[in-house]
Amino acid sequence: MKLKFVFPLIGALVVVGAVALPTMSLAQDVTGAGASFPAPLYSKWAADYNKATGVKINYQSVGSGAGLRQIEAKTVDFGASDAPLKDDELAKKGLVQFPMVIGGVVPVVNIKGINPGQLKLSGAVLGDIFLGKITKWTDPAIKVLNPTLPLPDAAISPVRRADGSGTSFIFTNYLSKVNPEWKTKVGEGTAVNWPVGAGGKGNEGVAAFVGRLPNSIGYVEYAYVKQNKMTFALMSNSTGAFVSPDDSAFKAAAAGADWAKTFYQILTDQPGKESWPITGATFILMHKAQDKPAQASSSLKFFDWAYKNGDKTADDLDYVPMPAGVKAAVAKAWTDNIKDTSGRPIGWK
Amino acid sequence: MSSTLPAGRAAPDPASESVKRNMTNPPQGHAVNRGPFADKVFGWLAQGAAWLTLALLFGILLSLVYGAWPAISKYGFGFLTSTTWDPVKNEYGGLVMIYGTVATSLIALIIAVPVSFGIALFLTELAPAWVKRPLGTAIELLAAVPSIVYGMWGLLVFGPVLASYVQQPLQDAFSGTPYLGALFSGPPVGIGILSAGIILAIMIIPFIASVMRDVFDVTPVLLKESAYALGSTTWEVVYKVVLPYTRAGVVGGIMLGLGRALGETMAITFVIGNFNQLDSLSLFQAANSITSALANEFAEAAEGLHQAALIYLGLVLFFITFVVLALSKLMLAQLSKSEGTKT
Repeated sequence: MKLKFVFPLIGALVVVGAVALPTMSLAQDVTGAGASFPAPLYSKWAADYNKATGVKINYQSVGSGAGLRQIEAKTVDFGASDAPLKDDELAKKGLVQFPMVIGGVVPVVNIKGINPGQLKLSGAVLGDIFLGKITKWTDPAIKVLNPTLPLPDAAISPVRRADGSGTSFIFTNYLSKVNPEWKTKVGEGTAVNWPVGAGGKGNEGVAAFVGRLPNSIGYVEYAYVKQNKMTFALMSNSTGAFVSPDDSAFKAAAAGADWAKTFYQILTDQPGKESWPITGATFILMHKAQDKPAQASSSLKFFDWAYKNGDKTADDLDYVPMPAGVKAAVAKAWTDNIKDTSGRPIGWK
Repeated sequence: MSSTLPAGRAAPDPASESVKRNMTNPPQGHAVNRGPFADKVFGWLAQGAAWLTLALLFGILLSLVYGAWPAISKYGFGFLTSTTWDPVKNEYGGLVMIYGTVATSLIALIIAVPVSFGIALFLTELAPAWVKRPLGTAIELLAAVPSIVYGMWGLLVFGPVLASYVQQPLQDAFSGTPYLGALFSGPPVGIGILSAGIILAIMIIPFIASVMRDVFDVTPVLLKESAYALGSTTWEVVYKVVLPYTRAGVVGGIMLGLGRALGETMAITFVIGNFNQLDSLSLFQAANSITSALANEFAEAAEGLHQAALIYLGLVLFFITFVVLALSKLMLAQLSKSEGTKT
């Protein structure tokens, strides 16, 4: 009985080998792996780039953590991560990181009679809900922010990501900044010890839970909110103003960061009246010393092309392109930091 | 032409004799020469396949232990009793997931075994001939549905139904009753241990039922007819003749289902809630299972303790399935021994 499965398996291995070998032999092709949040954009860029230049970019959406492991092991030409590495960690691992696009994380709710953009929340309240301290929609803390909204006298069902994810990192990083109890009790990370709530797998899992459970609240990527017309909430930012999640609010958050000093920028709780408080950039990681300069050159050419020609695609897919100033700083960093083994900068122009 | 042919044919009789011998000999010779060699090669291949499987098993076990070593050396067996799972503070314990895996599989078995028994019984003893085949095929088809489909269906369709028509009434009926009330406390949202267990039951019923039906079918008609002739009811025939005769097969089928339930991942991930706290033993509580935790966290797990703890969980699951299998073998051995003494 069991032996039956062995032969198809061998067959499958042979087929995989046959498919994998020719693609690996082409030196120009580039492989990257990592974060799943920007994966739809990277794939679209890769397809467009392939049409324009004939160079193939393979991007494996395996998760930020796995992407980091793969670039460290040098099994891929570039890694991608939603959580930036600190500068000392980068130096220790011999890596360079730079931001590609910006995205926002948005709280979504499912309350009967509440339309998108009606509910107002603050970071402290959001933190208390996910700590399990605020359990009813009629809690005074919520009422103060929404004095006129007809909120039901019902228990809140919080929903969060079950899988480790960059979205969770941005969300928990924000809560750690604005809710001291969250910081000491739970902290920030791609996966944390959630005190309450059902866990959905992926953005679609959270969206499905929120859609299904009455009186629930969850958080998903902005692109997901827009495409599925979910009931989002307004958030108060660091200035106390309530903002609606959209491109301009994410751009405002990114503009406030000091990119010239370091690319280690977490864009949550940024200053500025217009800025959306739960914003984050997604990053590319590459080795400083390149023992395969041709591959590195191919990768950088692709990123350069994406910076120059990819903004419209990013807009279409509801990502926010990097500001022009940041792109220039990134280009300078490539020349300054990414070298081949003899210390010469990698050419990408 | 006509002269040569008979001549050739009539040519020396001994020669034709030798031709005849040659005609019969070569195949014989080939059989003698090639046979043992081919047989040997086949024997080696077959033996190699068997050993390879065993080697793979040990390889998997060793690599699991190796990968889990940081967690094993840090927590030891305390890992099995700790409920903390905190990637931020790097503290790990596996009890929540182990509990979830065992509890959901147990619920699945409690539901699936009687139902499968009923299905097999109906198909072999009660159903008219024209229903047997289509119904049997339909049940086997259930086994071919991909588990993610069960997961989606469980989350979007079955969960809400369970919440409003089963969980809420149960909660109302048992609120205030000790023990039972605690069992049915918690948010009635259709996500948690109970829904995961029921989905698992639906998934393993086709496996158990088809094995049971096949073994029920091999019970000699003579035995059954004799029992009927002695005035037994259908139930007595099944319980006292068919079941004892097919015990090994029935236990095997149940174990096959249990094995599948323990290892199921995708469907569970959707409906169990992926909640790493063990606040209460309520059946409605969201929980987590070993497989679901692995599927969700492995891709993003940082190297070091987090990854090691996940691999440790995998090792625990390996061990649980091993124990289940060993127990079933032991049980069967015990049963056949007692059978020997009876006769």
